[in-house]
Amino acid sequence: MTNLTHFRTPLRHTPFHPRTASANRLNRWGPWAGCMTSLCYGDVDMEYTAIRNAASVYDLCPMVKYRVTGPDAADYLNRLMIRNAAKLPVGGVHYTAWCDDDGKLLDDGTLFRHGPEDYLICCQERHLPWLLDSAQGFDVQVAEITEEIAALSLQGPCSASVLAAAGLDVSALKPFRMARFPFAGGEITISRTGFTGDLGYELWMTPDQALPFWDHLFAAGAPWGIRPIGTDALDLARIEAGFIITNMDFVPAHQALREDRPRSPLEMGLGWMIDWEKGNFTGRRALLAEKAQGSEWALVGLDVPGNVSAEGSILYHDKKHEAGFVTAAAWSPALKASVAIAQVKARHAGGDNLWVEIYALRELQYVKLMLPVRVVERPFYNPARRRAMPPERV
Amino acid sequence: MTYDAVIVGAGHNGLVTACYLARAGMKVCVVEKNDWIGGAAVSRELYPGFTYSNCSYVSSLFRPEIMRDLELSKHGLQILPYEGGAVFQQGGGYLGMFRDHDANRREFARHSRRDAEAYDIYARDILRFCRFIRPMLMRTPPDPSSFRPRDLAELMWLARQMGALSEGQRAEMVRFWTMSISDYLDEYFESPVIKGYLAVSAIIGTALGPMSPGSAYVLLHHYMGDVDGNVGAWGFARGGMGAITRALTASLQAAGGEVRTGSGVDRIAVRDGRATGVVLANGDEIAGRRVISNMDVKRTFLKHVEEKELPGDFVRRVKAFKIRGSSGKLNIALDAAPVFPALPEGAPMIRGDLHFTDSIERMERGYDDWKAGHYSRDPFQDVMIPTMIDPTMTPPGKHFMSCFVQYAPPKIEGRAWTDADRDGFRDTCLNQIESYSPGFKDRVLHVEVRTPRELEAEVGLTEGNIFQGELTFDQLLFNRPVPGYAQYRSPIRDLWMCGSSTHPGGGVMGAPGRNAAAEVLREAKLKPTMSDAYAVL
Ligand SMILES: Cc1cc2nc3c(=O)[nH]c(=O)nc-3n(C[C@H](O)[C@H](O)[C@H](O)COP(=O)(O)OP(=O)(O)OC[C@H]3O[C@@H](n4cnc5c(N)ncnc54)[C@H](O)[C@@H]3O)c2cc1C
Repeated sequence: MTNLTHFRTPLRHTPFHPRTASANRLNRWGPWAGCMTSLCYGDVDMEYTAIRNAASVYDLCPMVKYRVTGPDAADYLNRLMIRNAAKLPVGGVHYTAWCDDDGKLLDDGTLFRHGPEDYLICCQERHLPWLLDSAQGFDVQVAEITEEIAALSLQGPCSASVLAAAGLDVSALKPFRMARFPFAGGEITISRTGFTGDLGYELWMTPDQALPFWDHLFAAGAPWGIRPIGTDALDLARIEAGFIITNMDFVPAHQALREDRPRSPLEMGLGWMIDWEKGNFTGRRALLAEKAQGSEWALVGLDVPGNVSAEGSILYHDKKHEAGFVTAAAWSPALKASVAIAQVKARHAGGDNLWVEIYALRELQYVKLMLPVRVVERPFYNPARRRAMPPERV
Repeated sequence: MTYDAVIVGAGHNGLVTACYLARAGMKVCVVEKNDWIGGAAVSRELYPGFTYSNCSYVSSLFRPEIMRDLELSKHGLQILPYEGGAVFQQGGGYLGMFRDHDANRREFARHSRRDAEAYDIYARDILRFCRFIRPMLMRTPPDPSSFRPRDLAELMWLARQMGALSEGQRAEMVRFWTMSISDYLDEYFESPVIKGYLAVSAIIGTALGPMSPGSAYVLLHHYMGDVDGNVGAWGFARGGMGAITRALTASLQAAGGEVRTGSGVDRIAVRDGRATGVVLANGDEIAGRRVISNMDVKRTFLKHVEEKELPGDFVRRVKAFKIRGSSGKLNIALDAAPVFPALPEGAPMIRGDLHFTDSIERMERGYDDWKAGHYSRDPFQDVMIPTMIDPTMTPPGKHFMSCFVQYAPPKIEGRAWTDADRDGFRDTCLNQIESYSPGFKDRVLHVEVRTPRELEAEVGLTEGNIFQGELTFDQLLFNRPVPGYAQYRSPIRDLWMCGSSTHPGGGVMGAPGRNAAAEVLREAKLKPTMSDAYAVL
């Protein structure tokens, strides 16, 4: 007999659960990476508004985290990932991705450099076998440390003001930089990063700091209307920001059942990350060939006329021939526009004569709409305060 | 130099017109008499560190099609939804409104189980009317006496809209347009406080009481907007309502348009029956191929155009246009959030609108005072604290309170308002709030008081009417502002109208300005880049 009870609570509670559970008025939960996460605390519109207007708090604990340490850490990550991890300075963060040998994406994520030989990978999917196998021949240690870190994402135009009120002066922290700050006799790490396309910070701590920090943050943020937000609100903000999510906007190569599903970084609009000069990296040869021959697919941002979201819609060229499909779409409250992220066959990336077929639900009955779409830049929504230095204080 | 268009007034409609014209390639200049822009969509800092929404204070009507066409998001505009509200009852109770449907139903059921369930039927019926009226907002009304193909086509379109309704619905619609809100609500509800709450939208900005026939339509006018598809919902403009006109100005300047503030138009220049430009109060002359007035119809034609240029019948009709003021406003800087002991701890209603008028009868008594030429002694107030949601208008922990007040007549017992009248009006309002929020007055740092006198003097709203003319059925659609001139044109060639005096009327909606631009561009044979009206889902 063991004390095994996982089958009674298949979803792990994050260290913030006592607080998120009491705030979740609707009991609307969903699974994310094996954790119980709030989809909505009570009012998705007000939660979304907190992101764009005030200060929002999202429980980031379920993010999968791997620590990479050792003398060869930078070399190892440079082999593994498409961006140049050696150029990332200590105290820096960057958005990156990694591929299989065919140059197809396995995942994207953020890479934090805590020390010359100490990195943290934060991502959506689980990759331990791949990371360990790739480490052969490198003097590195790779450890899965997801549960050792508790993290919150504090996003919104008032986030710097809230942190200041909490005694954490982040005014010198530039976008994609991190620093350590004292908290209650210990320390926490704050990075100016996020998934909303707005001013925001991610706050990293140990699980035992989680509840005291939550209470401290919410007390300090009250005058700015700080509010916990669920995944529904965050998803809306990330679409406005034009960010993609593994398994929502593309299928990672390690999980694809159908061979035509995986996509390369070039096909997902991540070509800008690739450092062709840094030497060999996994997928390089395949990506070079793709660059020479041209990609099959392209990721585009779309402006859809009217006010109906194009979620799950199919795209057509000249209203007749299938040209691609929408992976994420929403009515954007910030832009007052209907926007979509879509995969299209590369020859349609210019958007000429491109149409979307939307099934609009009107009281149990679908109405079919065929609308001309326009290819537009991502991010769709890109306020100056996202990058402003010093950060906006409200 | 000669502009393609000179627009008189930097209200939001004037700016909307200017933006569309500039984007179509016209050289435009907006002339504003005040040192600031915005008209009744304005935010000024009258107390250090506090930004007010000096006139309009909430947004719902402003058409998302316009925000999108003119890229107002890129120019900084954000609309924030707010949370519910409450009516305080005499004797300590309250009725709360919540965004959550179930919370709302349970709250209504505390007052009447029947009303709680009736509310869904009522909401459905109102939404039906909204679906009918919405498509008309962004179209030029047809001239029913004309035989031009476009007018005939538009009349046919109107007839088809009516024809699409069942006979029962048509009858309902006509009843609704002509009824009083009091009678209409009686058909659904029994609780006085629920009726008192729902009647509010029927009197805002209107010189009618809740028992006056025609008030039901005014309610619809306030319900036909939306915030991101939530029909009937209202929100704040982040940074105050002036953020709307600031974003419009930025959009206009990005398109090459100009705005001149600080000296108003004294006279619209007319030569050989055509408008040729404007003469400013400071003597400057600005030449334009056309002049488009954002001022109300009375101000435009009775104050700034020589009467000899106009047909007598037109002048008579303009004089008869009803534009009676009925509202006032208090803008208050608060040192701390007010406390309303009737509300439960942590209740979200404080982030919505707060009312003290707990029955239709009380509201009607307030109107009785207006009829007698006095401001209401027990006024209706729509109290909002935008800073409960918008962090940008005051320092943290401080608040801006906006109190919209009815009724306030254009004249006190037939004579002009005096400063003493204004102070009496102010104290009446402040005392009412104090009686529901003890200690409120001690938190007041500054009050801006606006009676119809100030509204007329500052914003140029004749008689202080907030909608540039009443929204009664006789003054709507092809009769707005006057029969024969609902297509944004006037009897003088090249003199146009684009303000709220025109179809579809007042509120920060932008539709008059957009429709006027569409007509101007059509006549100039330029193609506007303009979205069609969105569907009501
Ligand atoms: C107190 C108050 C509260 C309101 N609350 C709301 C609300 O919460 N929500 C809502 O949707 N609506 C509200 N309204 C109504 C709404 O604000 C108005 O209907 C709308 O703003 C009118 O816009 P407009 O562009 O048509 O005209 P206006 O805003 O009236 O603009 C006319 C412009 O012309 C200028 N002008 C006048 N004379 C001259 C001249 N001789 N030369 C040059 N310029 C001149 C004026 O200064 C002004 O800028 C409110 C109005 C008031 C007054």
